[in-house]
Amino acid sequence: MVKFTLNGQSQVLDLDEDTPVLWVLRDHLGLTGTKYGCGQALCGACTVHVEGAPVRSCLLPLRSINGKAVTTIEGISRDRTHAVQRAWIELDVPQCGYCQSGQIMSAVALLANNASPNDADIDAALAGNLCRCGTYVRIRKAIHRAAELLRGAPA
Amino acid sequence: MSAPTRSGEPADGSRREFLQRAALGGGGLLLTLSLPGMRSTARAAALQSSELNAWLRIGTDDSITILVDRSEMGQGVYTALPMLIAEELEVDPARISVAAAPVGDAYVNALNGGQVTGTSNSVTDAWEKLRKAGAQARTMLISAAAQRWHVDPARCHASEGRVFDASGRSASYGELAQAAARIPPPAQLALKAPAQFKIIGKPLARLDTPSKVDGSAEFGIDIKLPGMLHAAIALPEELGATVGSVDSSAAAAMPGVRRVLPAEAAVIVVADHFWQARKARDALRITWRSGPNARLDNASIWTQLHSASARTGLSALTSDDLAAPLKSGNASDALARAAKSFNAVYELPMLAHATMEPMNCTADVKADRCELYVGTQVQSMAQAAAAEAAGLKPAQVNVHTTLLGGGFGRRLEVDFIPAAVMASKILGAPVKLIWTREDDMTHDPYRPPIREAISAGLDGQGRLSAWALHITSPSITARFDPTNKDPFDSVIEYVQNFPYAVPNFGLSFVRQEIGIDVGYLRSVSHAPNCFAIESSIDEIAALASKDPLVFRQELLAGKARHLQTLRSVAERAGWGHAPAGHFQGLAFMEGYNCCIAQVAEISVDGGVLKIHRVTCVIDCGQVVNPRIVESQLESGIIYGLSAALWGDITLRGGRVQQRNFNDYRILRIHEMPMLDVHILPSEEKPGGLGETAVPPIAPALCNAIFAATGKRIRSLPISAQKLASR
Repeated sequence: MVKFTLNGQSQVLDLDEDTPVLWVLRDHLGLTGTKYGCGQALCGACTVHVEGAPVRSCLLPLRSINGKAVTTIEGISRDRTHAVQRAWIELDVPQCGYCQSGQIMSAVALLANNASPNDADIDAALAGNLCRCGTYVRIRKAIHRAAELLRGAPA
Repeated sequence: MSAPTRSGEPADGSRREFLQRAALGGGGLLLTLSLPGMRSTARAAALQSSELNAWLRIGTDDSITILVDRSEMGQGVYTALPMLIAEELEVDPARISVAAAPVGDAYVNALNGGQVTGTSNSVTDAWEKLRKAGAQARTMLISAAAQRWHVDPARCHASEGRVFDASGRSASYGELAQAAARIPPPAQLALKAPAQFKIIGKPLARLDTPSKVDGSAEFGIDIKLPGMLHAAIALPEELGATVGSVDSSAAAAMPGVRRVLPAEAAVIVVADHFWQARKARDALRITWRSGPNARLDNASIWTQLHSASARTGLSALTSDDLAAPLKSGNASDALARAAKSFNAVYELPMLAHATMEPMNCTADVKADRCELYVGTQVQSMAQAAAAEAAGLKPAQVNVHTTLLGGGFGRRLEVDFIPAAVMASKILGAPVKLIWTREDDMTHDPYRPPIREAISAGLDGQGRLSAWALHITSPSITARFDPTNKDPFDSVIEYVQNFPYAVPNFGLSFVRQEIGIDVGYLRSVSHAPNCFAIESSIDEIAALASKDPLVFRQELLAGKARHLQTLRSVAERAGWGHAPAGHFQGLAFMEGYNCCIAQVAEISVDGGVLKIHRVTCVIDCGQVVNPRIVESQLESGIIYGLSAALWGDITLRGGRVQQRNFNDYRILRIHEMPMLDVHILPSEEKPGGLGETAVPPIAPALCNAIFAATGKRIRSLPISAQKLASR
């Protein structure tokens, strides 16, 4: 029996505690915004927050989140109003979109700890998130823009 | 069905023919899988909407749904194609809901001859067709209003989703749609002139972006159906091996496992959840029967290609595809008389598509029908593959195209579809089958390995007197379409339009199969051919002691579009004025009805290559949405960079050695050079963007490495080469 908080709601699950959180989210809880990309923590498509920190959920066993707070892409805002989502929309970052949940989760975590990241900070925080479409130029711009929005810049 | 061609730009015949054969389209129910995030609107609209033509549904609630018949894989068709309709329909694109079209004759891409998203021609094909669809619907809506009001339709006009008469009276499209749908489509349609465009050419926001920032975008892997089971698949590590025996006792006893289904060359495990299926798959004890590739490795592949290249091959000089000016002259005579000779062999490795979303398919097979949910670039081929696996007729298969988590040509294949269909049929339940990343990486229809030998000559005045290319590679099209009559397949793409003035030109092809399937990968033969052409032109410029830019400009004299592209890229990149320690390389390509040029600016310090900046200029004809064009240019450069730097699929004992992103590297954000992409204003017809920026980057980079180090890289990837500063 594993108890945790998911996007603010408490959850109690009774299933194989070795199951990676990625598949718990996708197949047991129906939250498919978190993506399977590599299964080896190499691509970052499965990034979620555990206690606010970005974690690759594909290698994270269910048991390890017992008693913890987990946030997924579905939980960062109800209506796409998080500054990162607004910046992503403003700059039309996604192409195919498959990696973008993971990119956004990494960006949100970065900005929570660093209100004004420079390019090197962004590179360090996002280096684990692959994008095969090559949206990196816009990701960088969008994180700078989200930082502005968080500092109260006009939308 | 013949493809419209521009002079000097023959369509790729073979690929077209195979795609024509793929067009098995029939009617089919309209079961729209609408763009997530807009789902409720579109589904509600479908219930009470009027069909104005194959692409357009207008609801009584004023909802407007556009059925897009090309697959959205990041390239922006779910925005660009609706913009074409919206321009003539007189509606704000932001009001439009997008849904994937079913399989249907109306949805055939005339340039490909099938319902296919490939060859970067979605906009080129749709350019007139969808503007006409919008104009047709607008005319019908105006007629309906005129009839209702008993006024002359010529005195009515449409604007912002409403029809107005001369007195200012108006009705919304939703109010008029039912009556409009009963009006015969007009025979004559006048389309706006470009100067009148209000939507086309504007950097409008993508319609799919909102769904892609909150996790609601629905890819194939995200499909959820009531009672759905999940499947994993065991594929032979040795390509071409088959199942000998299976001991499934341990796997079958694992929690959640429903069935183990051995097939000829795979074993499928079906369980309640994917992780259970995946674990049980790993617990299978399978004895594989070795096949014809048991001893295949890279050395044997290259030995085969090298030996085969000694054959004369088939000359393309008589091919209909070859641009006429290239047919005169005699390359072998001119090479024999050359004052200076140049000979080089370029070798291109196998590449994996490596889409971020691994292959997957969901099927729900019933006695008389099959619902297929799949991210595919080939709806009618997917339908045919599912029908065959289910024992149904194609018309009994409804294809629901989801968003594609990357395509790049990988989803032109249907190899991942039958197993899901068979499993669903046997289990009597919907089944979602997902390939793991390792399954995907080791069972890709790889970009073929290609050997390109170039011979060229300079005359006594240092002018290019002869240039000949001899290509040796396996065929891609032969597998898709064994009846294909074009001996050149797709292999001479771009070379058939060799842009540089040369009095004696040669082009020949030796087809040499290597035993494994090869496939169409983003830009197909443009990339290897551009690498060989642009590297050789750079090398020959050095032989002629000329600046690479000037040498190209001389060979392109009189070609305004080409020269403008080169001039612009040189200006933006500061050609010849790189900062101290930085070096530049240039490459050009004419393809997809575009002219494109790139300059790579690099340094090599202590053997370490650093790419500082890539400048890219394109003349891609008229632009539908410059914001999407720019993103496609960035995308192509980065895709090409990953391939140039690291892309290399290798085999040992018939087994692919790269399994995941640790050993098949793709570019990460901290490895990004600065990108400067620029679109030239153009009145040419719209060109293709999805693939066009891929090919030039590898030769631009290698030409820069030559400038920096004096080392000429003739085989990719670059990471396999040792670099030292000059």
